[in-house]
Amino acid sequence: MLKLYDHAVESRLLLGTALYPSPAIMADAVRAARCDIVTVSLRRESGTARAGQDFWGFIRDLGIRVLPNTAGCHTVKEAVTTAQMAREVFGTPWVKLEVINDADTLQPDVFGLVEAARILTKDGFQVFPYCTEDLGVAERLVEAGCEVLMPWGAPIGSARGLNNVYGLRSLRAHFPDIPLIVDAGLGVPSHAAAAMELGYDAVLLNTAVAKAGDPVKMANAFARAVEAGRLAFEADPLEPRDMAAPSTPVLGKAFLE
Amino acid sequence: MSIIVNGEPHECAPSSLAALLTDLGYGDAIVATALNGDFVPADARGETAVADGDRVEILAPMQGG
Repeated sequence: MLKLYDHAVESRLLLGTALYPSPAIMADAVRAARCDIVTVSLRRESGTARAGQDFWGFIRDLGIRVLPNTAGCHTVKEAVTTAQMAREVFGTPWVKLEVINDADTLQPDVFGLVEAARILTKDGFQVFPYCTEDLGVAERLVEAGCEVLMPWGAPIGSARGLNNVYGLRSLRAHFPDIPLIVDAGLGVPSHAAAAMELGYDAVLLNTAVAKAGDPVKMANAFARAVEAGRLAFEADPLEPRDMAAPSTPVLGKAFLE
Repeated sequence: MSIIVNGEPHECAPSSLAALLTDLGYGDAIVATALNGDFVPADARGETAVADGDRVEILAPMQGG
């Protein structure tokens, strides 16, 4: 069973809670995905409107674990303060650490990410860093205390799938014992299956489900793809080859010339 | 004095950060607070003074990816 910081999880699909047509559809999608963990965030709350209180009620009713993020943070200081605020509100040491570099690609500021991960780990957090597939950065994150890595598949919300299969495969080979989660950029269930077939431990996605025409059906589709991809990985799939290899035995074939 | 709360100026004179939250109607809402960019734990709000020009952030759970 997959363990993330000593917490055993059944499902290898982590789902975001944003961008759904309604809170009810979000809740149905989470159930259809059969996931154990959802990502959440923090935003400014009005003393009168209190939108956040209603949302938190919805999430608590689901009875599953939350992974708060630091989405939108562009500096180490912002990310660390947001993580500290999230820990108090959500009551968990887990944090999906995002330090964003570029507004167009939302790619991580890997230098800030490593620095923030070090600060937060020393402060008792269990950090899930949203990173790239760069091996050097991954090593720095592990040195900083990260026991899980979350490389992107593609830019957040882009639905492009796995942009750098070679890089992701290398990362998997380089860190055989660290839980690796492909986070972001997936569009369709086959992307998730491909990540799992590479040996990734889980996938985290949001937009591909939330913005689908039928989010609940798509959540179900992703759940099946993740399960299929994992089973395929465990079943030790064939390596591709260039030439054909007959599947029907040649021995014993009739001579009919 | 003027305090910037979630980006908006407020004219008020609270005795502490906890008093400010009460004055603004947060009551028992589940929120986290920061003062001038630094986290202020809930149990420290009562002894945390706010001064003219301070920036206060009051955040709550929200959807996230």
